[in-house]
Amino acid sequence: MQRRHFLASTAGAACLALVPFAAGAEQAGIDALPDDVAEARAAILDGRVPQEGGIEIDAPSLAENGAQVPVTLRVDSPMTAADHVIAIHILATRNPAPGIGHFHLTPHLTRAEVFTRLRLAEEQSFLVLAELSDGRVRQAAARVMVTQGGCRT
Amino acid sequence: MFTPRVRLPRTATAGEEIEVRTLINHPMITGVSGPDPRDMLARFEATMNGETVFACDFANGSAANPTIIFYVRAAAPGAFTFTWTHEDGRQFQTEGTVDIS
Repeated sequence: MQRRHFLASTAGAACLALVPFAAGAEQAGIDALPDDVAEARAAILDGRVPQEGGIEIDAPSLAENGAQVPVTLRVDSPMTAADHVIAIHILATRNPAPGIGHFHLTPHLTRAEVFTRLRLAEEQSFLVLAELSDGRVRQAAARVMVTQGGCRT
Repeated sequence: MFTPRVRLPRTATAGEEIEVRTLINHPMITGVSGPDPRDMLARFEATMNGETVFACDFANGSAANPTIIFYVRAAAPGAFTFTWTHEDGRQFQTEGTVDIS
């Protein structure tokens, strides 16, 4: 039974599962942010209140290797000069340091979509904040279980 | 070591979406939990015809051998430069061209 469970969970990790995030940030465990994460988030928000949704996160629900967690982020945006995403920030909630990556986008892009790989020290949620050209900010979160932590370096 | 690799389509029509796949071999050592001293890239920047189209500031949670894929609207003449800047100021650069018809 245990082995079957293991096989099922690894099979799930092999294909990128679409993590449902719309249910809200608190479900992904971001209600109680550690101080350094809250500070990093506040620095990005700069007094603004983020809207939930409008961001799709493709991430594995279970990652074998926390050192290389593949993630695709997709922000709903026409990417025109008048209405585009200017930045996408990824913050870890349980890494030694919250910063993962800060992407700067321009209307030269056809879509607000980025693929990258994260380093996650342990099972945790990560936050995605998207800054729009009109000043609004969107927020989403996804949770990843990590079999082997990615903080050897 | 530190070899940048970029994949671009060879040709595109003006205004068409092109996929840009970038990778640089780099250990991205944070120095937080290992014996090795910090060795991290700070920034990646892509320009098309001299104008910045995409950039990324790396942080401790950026995985080793940073891979980034993004999508650009092709514009003539289609000359791209890709620059990775190390925290110590060193730069690693590669170029690419998409023939725009």
